[in-house]
Amino acid sequence: MDKLAHLTPMKILCFGVAREIAGGSHLFLDDVAGGTVASLRERLLRDYPAFGELVSFAVARNEEYAEDTDIVEAGDEVVIIPPVAGG
Amino acid sequence: MLSGEPLSLDDCQSFVAHPSCGGLCFFVGTIRDLNLGETVTHLEFEAYAPMAVREMRKIAVAARERFGLHAVSLHHRTGDLAIGDTAVIVAVSSKHRKPAFEGCEFVIDELKKTVPIWKREFRADGTHWLNARP
Repeated sequence: MDKLAHLTPMKILCFGVAREIAGGSHLFLDDVAGGTVASLRERLLRDYPAFGELVSFAVARNEEYAEDTDIVEAGDEVVIIPPVAGG
Repeated sequence: MLSGEPLSLDDCQSFVAHPSCGGLCFFVGTIRDLNLGETVTHLEFEAYAPMAVREMRKIAVAARERFGLHAVSLHHRTGDLAIGDTAVIVAVSSKHRKPAFEGCEFVIDELKKTVPIWKREFRADGTHWLNARP
C-alpha cells in the first residue's frame, strides 16, 4: 500500500438515515485507511456525532459486514449500514 | 432479487415449483396503513443493492441447506410503495409441508435482520426511517 494512502480522505457510502445525517450519499473521513473498523467508527462518531443517536450501525467492507478488528484498506468500498428494515 | 417494479407471485411460484415437491409455501409482505398507531400515507424502500442481493442469496442457500428445501425465491421491492402494495415475496418448495413452512419463516426472519434495505415511512407528522432511532 502507498505510504501516503492513509492521508487520502476515504469515501464512505451512506444509505437510509445515514444519508440524512451525512447530508448526501457519501462522506469523507481522513486518516482511516490502514486502521481498524473500530477506529473508523470512532472517527465517524467524532466527525458526525449524530450517528451516536442511532440504535446501532454496522460497517460493510466490499459488500460484506465487517468486524471491528478488520483493517480498512485504501480502495475498499466502505458503507455505513444503519439498522436495516426490509420486509 | 431486488426490483423497482411490482413483484409477481406467479414468477416466484414458477421458480420454486417442481414435480418432486408436494409443499409450496409463500409469504407476501404488504404495506400497512397503520404503524405504531400512526397513519402511514406511503413508503419508500432504499437498498444497498449489490450487498442486499448477496445477503439475500446467502439466506436462500442457508434455508435450502438447513431445511432441505428444493428451491427458494426471494423478491424485494425498492422505491416508492403505496398502502397495500407488495414489499416482499418469499416462496419455498419442498417434498413435504413442514420444512416449507419452517423454511419460509426462516427466510423472512433473516431478511429482516441482515439484508441492507431501509424503510422510510411517510406520515402526517413527517418522515421516519424505521428502526433507526430508539
